[in-house]
Amino acid sequence: MSVAAQQTRPPRAVVGSQISRDEEIFGAAYDRRVAGRFLAYVGPYGRWLAMALGAVLVFTGAQLLIPLVIRHAIDEAILADGGDVAHLQLTAAVFGVVILVSYAANYVQDRLVGHIGERVIFDLRRAMFAHLQDVSLSFMDKTEVGRMMSRLQGDVNSLQEFLENSVTAFGDLLLLVGIVAIMLTLNLELGLLTLVLVPTLALVRIVWLPRARLAFRRARETNSIANGALAEAIHAVRTVQGMRREEVNYLLYGDKAGDNLKAHLSAARYAQAMVPVVDTLTGAALAIVVVLGGSLVLGGALEVGVMVAFVFYVQRFFDPIRSLTIQYSIMQRAMASGQRIFEVLDVPLAIVDPPDALSPKRMRGAIDFADVTFGYAPGRPVLHGVSFSVAPGETVALVGPTGSGKTSITALMHRFYEVWDGSVSIDGRDVREYSRAALGRHIAMVLQDPYLFTGTVLDNIRFSTATATRADIERAARAVGAHDFIVRLADGYDTVLDQQGRNLSLGQRQLLSFARALVADTPILILDEATANIDSYTERRIQVALRRLLEGRTGIVIAHRLATVRGADRIVVLNEGRVVESGSHDSLIAARGLYARLYAFNYASFDDMPDDLVAPSASPRS
Amino acid sequence: MSPDGSPPHSRDPDGDSASEARPRAYARAYAGMEGGGAPGDMEIVWRIARMALRYRAGVAVALGATLAASAFQLAIPGLVGDAVDGAHGLLADGAATPETARSALWHAAVLLLAVSILRGLFTLAHNYSGEAIGHRLAHDLRLTFYAKLQRLGFSFHDRIHTGELITRGMLDLEGVRMIVNQGLLRAVQMAVLVGAGAALLLSTDPVLGLLSLSFVPYIAWRSTTARLRLRYLWTLFQDRMAVLGRIMDENLTGIRVVRAFGAERFEIDKYDRAAADALKLSSRRINVRVASTTEMTFAYFVAMGLVLWVGGERAIAGTMTVGTLTEFLTFITILQLPVRSLGLVVNSFARGSSCGARLFAVIDLEPAIRDAPDAGALAVTDGTLRFENVSFAYDEGGKPALDRVSFEVRRGRTLGIVGPPGSGKSTITHLLPRYYDVSGGRITIDGQDIRAVTLDSLRRAVRVVQQDPFLFTASIDNNIAYGDPWTEEQTIRDAAGLARIDGFIDRLAEGYETLVGERGVSLSGGQKQRVAIARTALLDPAVLVFDDSTAAIDAATESQIREALAGRAENAARIVVSHRLAAIRDADEILVLDAGRVIERGSHETLIAGGGHYARIFALQGRDGIGDGLQGAAE
Repeated sequence: MSVAAQQTRPPRAVVGSQISRDEEIFGAAYDRRVAGRFLAYVGPYGRWLAMALGAVLVFTGAQLLIPLVIRHAIDEAILADGGDVAHLQLTAAVFGVVILVSYAANYVQDRLVGHIGERVIFDLRRAMFAHLQDVSLSFMDKTEVGRMMSRLQGDVNSLQEFLENSVTAFGDLLLLVGIVAIMLTLNLELGLLTLVLVPTLALVRIVWLPRARLAFRRARETNSIANGALAEAIHAVRTVQGMRREEVNYLLYGDKAGDNLKAHLSAARYAQAMVPVVDTLTGAALAIVVVLGGSLVLGGALEVGVMVAFVFYVQRFFDPIRSLTIQYSIMQRAMASGQRIFEVLDVPLAIVDPPDALSPKRMRGAIDFADVTFGYAPGRPVLHGVSFSVAPGETVALVGPTGSGKTSITALMHRFYEVWDGSVSIDGRDVREYSRAALGRHIAMVLQDPYLFTGTVLDNIRFSTATATRADIERAARAVGAHDFIVRLADGYDTVLDQQGRNLSLGQRQLLSFARALVADTPILILDEATANIDSYTERRIQVALRRLLEGRTGIVIAHRLATVRGADRIVVLNEGRVVESGSHDSLIAARGLYARLYAFNYASFDDMPDDLVAPSASPRS
Repeated sequence: MSPDGSPPHSRDPDGDSASEARPRAYARAYAGMEGGGAPGDMEIVWRIARMALRYRAGVAVALGATLAASAFQLAIPGLVGDAVDGAHGLLADGAATPETARSALWHAAVLLLAVSILRGLFTLAHNYSGEAIGHRLAHDLRLTFYAKLQRLGFSFHDRIHTGELITRGMLDLEGVRMIVNQGLLRAVQMAVLVGAGAALLLSTDPVLGLLSLSFVPYIAWRSTTARLRLRYLWTLFQDRMAVLGRIMDENLTGIRVVRAFGAERFEIDKYDRAAADALKLSSRRINVRVASTTEMTFAYFVAMGLVLWVGGERAIAGTMTVGTLTEFLTFITILQLPVRSLGLVVNSFARGSSCGARLFAVIDLEPAIRDAPDAGALAVTDGTLRFENVSFAYDEGGKPALDRVSFEVRRGRTLGIVGPPGSGKSTITHLLPRYYDVSGGRITIDGQDIRAVTLDSLRRAVRVVQQDPFLFTASIDNNIAYGDPWTEEQTIRDAAGLARIDGFIDRLAEGYETLVGERGVSLSGGQKQRVAIARTALLDPAVLVFDDSTAAIDAATESQIREALAGRAENAARIVVSHRLAAIRDADEILVLDAGRVIERGSHETLIAGGGHYARIFALQGRDGIGDGLQGAAE
C-alpha cells in the first residue's frame, strides 16, 4: 500500500523539521578569520606545533633526498667507469640513514599533529560547553538542544579532520616547492618543460571548482535534512507508534533519504572527475621526461640518473594535487563548521559577575522589586514597573493568567535575565552586585517540569550540593514524601535513573526535585508551578511538608491551583505584567477584584480561563 | 611492537571489556543489545561485504575497473625502464642508431601517455562505483535502521538514550559506508596491484622481486595487529564519547535546573572528568595508529633501499640493465601511495567494524512485542475490554507496577482511574495498545487476547491521549491529522472544535496552516493537550484512553470537552486517568489504585459512601468536586 496509491491528494504529512536545518555559510573554502581563530586555540600547544613543523621539514627534506640518492647511486656508482661497488654500498648506507631520519621525523610529526588536533578539538568543545553555562537564558530559550549538540559534536569533529589534514597539506606544499626547486636545479630545460603542464590545472579549477562546490554543499544539506527527520522519529517514537504513522513516515523519510543518495552520487562524480585529469597530467609529464630527457641523455647532455630522478619527482609531484579534492571538501566543511562553532563562542555573555562581586556566607532573604520593567524581545516588555517586597521568612504567592509575568519575576530574582529598568534587590543589595554562584547558593528553585539527570537517585537529590550526606538526603526525601517510593525501587537510593528518570512517574520525578531543593537548604525557595503535575492527595501531603520547609525561609510560590495559594502570607495578583492586586486571601476576596472574580467562578487556575473573565485587553498567546 | 609494550592481543577482549568500557547504568541498559558476546570484527566486515555484493553491477564494474587500472598502472614501470634502457643503451654499446633510439623514446612516451590516461579513466570508474556502492548501501541501511527504530517497542526506547540512537544513525552509518570504498575495495585494489606486480617482478628477476616485495608480509602482519587494537580502542572511545554527549545533552536540556542551583561549575567539572577519560583513550588510539603507519612506511623504504643496493651491485656486475633497476624502483614508487593509504584502510576497517557492530546491534533486534505467527486482525463486535488478573513489572523480576488488576469496560461506558503517582495508572494505559506485554493475566477485547491479534489492528482500535503530548514541527492541521493524513479538512475542524481548540486556531494569523513547535508558535501546556485530544478523537477508536491528558486544561473547558466527547464517542469504551476527580466522577466505575493494586472500586456515590481513600481525596478537592479544590485547604 503506497502513499501515492491510496489517494490522489498528497497527505497532510511531513517528517523532520520544516525549517532549513543548516544555515551554513558556504563562502570560500578558506576563511582567514576562522582559520585565524583556530590559531588562538593551537597557541597553547605552540611548542608541540613548532616541533611538529620542524619534523615536517625534516621529513619532507628526507623525501626529497631519496631520488637524489638514487640518482647518485646510478650515476656515480653503477655507471661510473664500470661500477664502483664500495661507493654503491656507501650510497646504500646513506639511503639507510635518510630513511631512518625520515621514519623518525614522520613518527614525531604524525604523533604530535594527532595529539595537537585532538586536544584543540577537546579544548574547543569545552570552551563552547563552558560558554553555554554562562550565556543568558534568553539565548538558550531560543536554541534547540539538538542543533546545539550537532555543533558540539558534528562540527567539532569535522574540524579535527581539518586540523590533522592541514599539517599534511603543509607538508605536501613543501614537497611541491622542493620538487620544483630540485628539478630546476638538476636540469633547467627539462624542469621548465615539465612545469609547463601546471597552468592547465588553473583551467580545472575554473571549470570544476564552482560546480563541485555546489554538489558538495547539496550533499551535506540533504544529509542534515535526513538526519533531522531521523532525530524526530527517535524523539517522537511513542507518538508515531500510538498513531500508527510508521508506514507513512517511512515513505516520507524514504523520499528524503533518496534525495540524499542522489546528491551524494552527484558529489562523488565531481570528486572523482579530478582523477583522470591528474593522471593525464602525470602521463604527459612522464612522456616529456622520456622524450626530452631521453634525447638529452642520447646527446650526452644529461646523465641517466637525473632522468630516473625526474621520473620519481614527476610521479610525486601530482600526489598533492590528487588529494586536492579530498582536502578541498575537508576545508570547506571545516570552515563552515568553524563559523558555527565561533558563532556559539561569540554569543555575548549578557550577564557577567562584577569585578568585586558579593559572595556572602548567609542571606536573610529580603526581596525587593523596585519599578522593574523587563522583556524578552526588544520593544515588547512583559513586566511593566513591577514593585513589591518580601520580608525574610514571608511566603508570597504569585498568581495571574498565563503570560502575566509570574515566571519572569522568579527568573529575575535569580538574575537569569537582566532587568531593563528598575532593580531587583536581595537583602538591600542589587542582585547585579552578587556573584551568580552566590545567588545559586542561596536561592533554590523547583520548576514545573522536573528534570533529572542520568545517575542514581542519591546523585539527583544531592546534585550540586556536594556537602550533603546520605542522611541529609534521606531526611529531605522523607520530608517531601519521596522516601517511601524510593526505597521501593530496585536499588533504593542507589537506583540508576535512565533516560532522565523515564522509569519514574511525572509526580515522582517532581518529588525528587523537591527533595533536591530541600537539600540545597537555601534561605530563599521558589516554587514555580511545582505542584501542577502532582495529584491532590500527594499535593496535600507536600503542602504539609512545604509548610515545614518554608518555615524560616522566604518563599515565592507560583501556583496553578488556588488551594495552594490560600495558605500564603500574601498573594500578589498579576495581569499583563502589572501588579493589579496584593494582599491576603480574605482581603482580596473582600476587594472584589480579579482574584475574587476568579474565585467566585470556581476556576481552578488562571490558565485557559475564558478571556472575558480576565478582562479588558487579553490577547491570545503566541 | 605494541606501543605500550604489552603483547598486541592481550588487551583485545571484545567480551569482558564491557564493564571497563561503560558505567554501570550503561552496562545494564545495553545488556539486551550485546548479549551472547559481541560478534568478531571480521564477521562484521564480512557482513558489510556481503551487503555490498548485492550491488552486482556496481561490484562488477568496480572490480573490472580495478583490474584494468592496475594493469595499466603496472605497465608504467616497464615503459619507463625501456625508455631508460633505450636512452642509456645507445651510449653503452652503440648498437642502435640515434634515429631508432629516438623513435623508441617517442614510442615509449606515447604509450606512457595513453596508459596514464586509461589508468585515470579506469580509476575513475573504480572509485566512482566504489563510492556509489557505499552510498547505496548506506541508503539501504538508513532505511532499515529507521524502519527498525519505528518498530522497536517502548521498553527498548526506555533503555536507550535518544542521543545515543541518533549517533548510531548518523556517525556509525557513516563509518559503515566508509568501509566499502576506503576499506574493502581499496584492499582489493592493493591486493591486485601487489599480486600482479609480484608475479611480474618475480618472473623478471626472482631475487630482486622478492626483495621488492619483502615489506609486504610485514605490512600484512602489522596492519592486522593494529586493526585489532584500533578496533578495541575505537569501541571504548565511542562509548566514552557517548557519555560525554549525554552529559552535554542533559546539561542543555536541563539548563534551567543547572542555572537555578548555580551548578554551572559542578556541571563543568562533571564534563571535564568525562572529557579527560575520552581524551586519554583518544591519545592511545592516536599512538597506535601513528606507530603502525610510520613503521609500515619505513618497511617500505627499507625494501626500496635493498633493491637499490642489490640491484645496483648486479647492474655493476652486468647481470642487469639500469633500465630494469629503474623498473623495479618505479614499481616500488607506485606502491607508495597505497602503502601510505594503508593506514586509512586499517582505520576504516577498525572504525567500520566497530560502527557496524553498534548499528547491527539495533538492526538485529527483534521487537519484543510483535505479531504472533498466526495473528489475525482484531474483530471488534461488542467493544468490550477486559483486564483479567493483569500483573506487570517494567523490569523482569522487579517490583510489580500492576498486581492482579481486573476490570471490564463496555462500549459507551467510562472507567475512571485515580491513585497517587507511581500507583500504576499510566501503566494500564501502556498495556492496552501493547506498548508492553503483561507479565501475568491477560487483556482481551471482545474475548480476543490482545497478544493474539495483529498489532496494527489493535493499535488502530485502542488510542491513548498521552499526558505529555509530542507535537511535531509542522502546521497545526498536519498535527491534528497526524493519525490520518488523508482526512478531510472538515474532519480536522470538527476534531478541533471537539477539543475546544478551534477558537484559538482561528485567531492565529495563518489559522490551521500555522507552524507549531520548534520555531513556530509555542503552545501552552493546555493548548498542546487539546491538540492531542483533537488528533486522537479524529480517529474514532473503539477504546479511547485519556492518560491524565487534561491536567493543564481548566475545569470548565474540560467539562465541555467531556460532554462533546460523550456525544461523539458513543461507540467507544473510555478509560479516563485523572487526578482531578471532576473528570471521573460521572464514570460508570472508578478504580482507586495504590502501589499497583486496586484498593477501592465502585461508582462515585458508593465510594463516597464507603468513606475510604477516594472519599478523603474528594474531601480535599472540594465540596462539589467541580473546581480543583477551591475549598481544599479547608481542613
